[in-house]
Amino acid sequence: MKHLTQFTAAAAMALALGAQAAQAEGKVVVYHWFEYMPAELLEKFTEETGIEVVMDTFDSNEALLASLKAGAIGTYDVAVPGDYMVKIMAGEGMLDTIADGELANKGNIQEEWADPSFDPGRQHSIPYQWGSTSFMVNRDVYQGDINTTDILFNPPAELSGKINMLDSQGEVIAMASLHMGIPQCSTDREQLKALNAMLQEAKQHWASFNSDTAKEVLVSGDAAVGQIYDGFGAKARQEGANVEYAFPKEGYVVWMDNVVLLKDAPNRDNALKFMDFLLEPENIAAVTNYARYSSGVVGTKEFLDPELSTQPESNPPAEAGKGAFIEVCDEETQKVYDQIWTNLKK
Amino acid sequence: MGRRFDIKHVPGFLPVTILCLVVLYAPLLVVTIYSLNDSNSITNWEGVSLRWYADVFTGPEAEKFKLAAWNSFTIAIIAATVSTSIATLAATAMVRGGRFRLRTVSFGLISMPLMVPEIVTAVATLIFFNSIGFTRGYSSILLAHIAFCIPFAYMPIAARMQGIEDSYEQAALDLYATKRQAFTRILLPMMVPGIISGYLLAFIISLDDFIITNFVKGAGIETLPTAIFGSVKQGIKPNIMAISTMLLALSILMVTISYFVSKSDKKT
Amino acid sequence: MAGGAASGGSARTDTYREARHWLLLPSWVVLIFLILIPVLMMLVYSFLTKEFRGGVIWEFSLDAYDQFFFNRGLFGDEPPSIEWTYITIFWRSIWQAGAATILSLVIGFPTAYFIATRPEKVRPMWVFLITIPYWVNLLIRTVSMKFVLRDQGPLNDFLLWTGLIDSPLHIVNTNFAVQLGLFYSYLPFMVLPIYASVERYNFALSEAASDLYAGKWVTLRRILLPAVKPGVIAGCILVFVPSLGSFLAPDLLGGAKNFMIGSLIEEQFKGNAGNWPFGAAASMILLSMVLIILIVFARQQARAEKGGA
Repeated sequence: MKHLTQFTAAAAMALALGAQAAQAEGKVVVYHWFEYMPAELLEKFTEETGIEVVMDTFDSNEALLASLKAGAIGTYDVAVPGDYMVKIMAGEGMLDTIADGELANKGNIQEEWADPSFDPGRQHSIPYQWGSTSFMVNRDVYQGDINTTDILFNPPAELSGKINMLDSQGEVIAMASLHMGIPQCSTDREQLKALNAMLQEAKQHWASFNSDTAKEVLVSGDAAVGQIYDGFGAKARQEGANVEYAFPKEGYVVWMDNVVLLKDAPNRDNALKFMDFLLEPENIAAVTNYARYSSGVVGTKEFLDPELSTQPESNPPAEAGKGAFIEVCDEETQKVYDQIWTNLKK
Repeated sequence: MGRRFDIKHVPGFLPVTILCLVVLYAPLLVVTIYSLNDSNSITNWEGVSLRWYADVFTGPEAEKFKLAAWNSFTIAIIAATVSTSIATLAATAMVRGGRFRLRTVSFGLISMPLMVPEIVTAVATLIFFNSIGFTRGYSSILLAHIAFCIPFAYMPIAARMQGIEDSYEQAALDLYATKRQAFTRILLPMMVPGIISGYLLAFIISLDDFIITNFVKGAGIETLPTAIFGSVKQGIKPNIMAISTMLLALSILMVTISYFVSKSDKKT
Repeated sequence: MAGGAASGGSARTDTYREARHWLLLPSWVVLIFLILIPVLMMLVYSFLTKEFRGGVIWEFSLDAYDQFFFNRGLFGDEPPSIEWTYITIFWRSIWQAGAATILSLVIGFPTAYFIATRPEKVRPMWVFLITIPYWVNLLIRTVSMKFVLRDQGPLNDFLLWTGLIDSPLHIVNTNFAVQLGLFYSYLPFMVLPIYASVERYNFALSEAASDLYAGKWVTLRRILLPAVKPGVIAGCILVFVPSLGSFLAPDLLGGAKNFMIGSLIEEQFKGNAGNWPFGAAASMILLSMVLIILIVFARQQARAEKGGA
């Protein structure tokens, strides 16, 4: 009954006033991936600052963008988009600028992440976690060399028809570009045609596109090869599957999730406190221990689970190719890539 | 009499029904078995344990899932109740209101939530709510659920009503009952199986909805599907299986209770 | 009247004609505000210019429909020819949804009929039995279904054990798995409406007909079929139409190697590219397609009634 009254009251208010409910003080509204932050850490933040954390979750970078585009901007303080999405959101004018001196702990950011291509000078964001997207191979099925993208796009006979790809345009096409050694935002027609043809050919070897159960298909053995994130891959291995994470010589995808300050944040000061909190080595290390990725903050080592430093999924061998971020193409170029993706899945 | 055909016992229908139940329940058996798994994985079996049940109540996400379950159930109950009432009234007009111009239009309107892909309704509703300044939260989820539950409640109710001859109501009217009495005392009781069917369909549709809910829910509120979809992004853990098994147990318990209550009703 | 009572079907009357607009009012209010207005907004969106990465620019444009029907090559500069991509996707979805509907009907009808012929006291039990599985989240149900159907899953183990097959059936990631996924998503939506319409059926009538030496099939066709028709129609609509736009269960089971209408449209709003006008246009094409089918259908039914009366 309580909720019914609430509902009536809310409906009446919305219709009569057409106004947003006033944001209470002492809150920070976070738009986050689900289960990406340990609950104890949120409690710790509230204890230290007295600020309550209100959490909402999204399930993909694109869903985050769609929701903000549909008018949700102005209701959240911070969000946690991936690398290329930071650039896109900045381009859309969805991000607020963090002025010099506003973040006390900004100096804690590791040098290599202090000036990333997707947010030069870290004007809008701070690092959260980073990792890689590559693929895993079931060693019971295939014993040969796995550190090549041929496993995905031109697989040996044992693996053909047993490959699961992520159902994500960005990850599949970036990997395919690395495989062919062409830029991610190519405008060369011959390259694009070749990419299109290569994907059509490779598709015949794939069993499925599946992101939601990318880990499960590997653990169960339904797929012998699966595109996967490193932290996820570590979990698949720990669950007992004889799988190995590949670092292809052609290169692999690197990603970084970042905490961004959103435009029109209703609790801007609290948002900055939240970001400062996540730049403390001890706090961000707790996230790393939980999510099994890596942070971009100095001085976390003493707080980290020692197992992480030897985790094969986060420690590429010396002969591995380079990690590459997913690039953001301009509108005309993107149109062709969209067409290639549609061709692949039509 | 050898030719006599007993229409109540069509041979072959029992095996099909059993097949139907096997299909419906076999996956749930898997869910139940794997909720007892002592592993972090849902695909590897490592012995029997109740640890995931404990996790549901005491684990780090216990509070979140408890709240999500509360939201889901209250929303599903209210949305199913409201949409079933609306659908019953609408069905009465459509089936017992004669022929009229707006009937085809109304039919189109009522079936519209079925025809528009959920993601479109989701984005459009979100834009609409934002443009009128409606704060997203519990009430926006509820309103959206009421709307798209209507056709699911309407279809079985209308189908049922078409099957009831109006001679009963006519008889009541002949005996000087008012139309309201004919409706509430004669038609409604005969409608019960249709209304129950409609209510149940609306209930499970609301309980299971993810796409629309995910868009209109706003910050700080989760329903079971959004909580489950979110947590699955980090891999499916047996705690989800434990939650599902408990939901099953709860539903079976409620059905059993209602069965015994109705049984004792009839005795007195 | 006698005919109507005997058939038990289509007992449409005008008993409540004075109140009909009042009775419809609540549904109109709710649906106009929460469905019609958003749908009209989408209709408008489908004629606007797309904004890169989602959203719209308020300039009239037919690009979305052009993209749907005309192919201009990978780079968009070839002379237009007919675009088969999206027509193929639509056709695939219609075909899969149709197969799932038939599958639901074949399994669902006997089940509903069986339930309706149980003693009155236990009928609600059976109805609940059909809906209980749906308390479990669709994603979890589907993942478990996949587990059952796997090459090394319980189903194949069982079939191998019985000796019906020699090698495991490969079901997951096939078209059949897509149909199974849709079937499993919507089965109660077939069973319950049919049950609701059969439940009231006066079985004494067919017994009487049978006593009068009407043949088995005559009894079925002339007496039973008209009685269950509304339920079957309602059930088919409730399974077929949502199946058209559904993607989660079919994608998980079928491998998502090919777009369904639902995933195509989802991709336009939540995918990398974010082409809202195109997503809106595809939805409008789907909507008008289904709407036309339903209205033609409703018209025909109304005509049949008029003819029968």
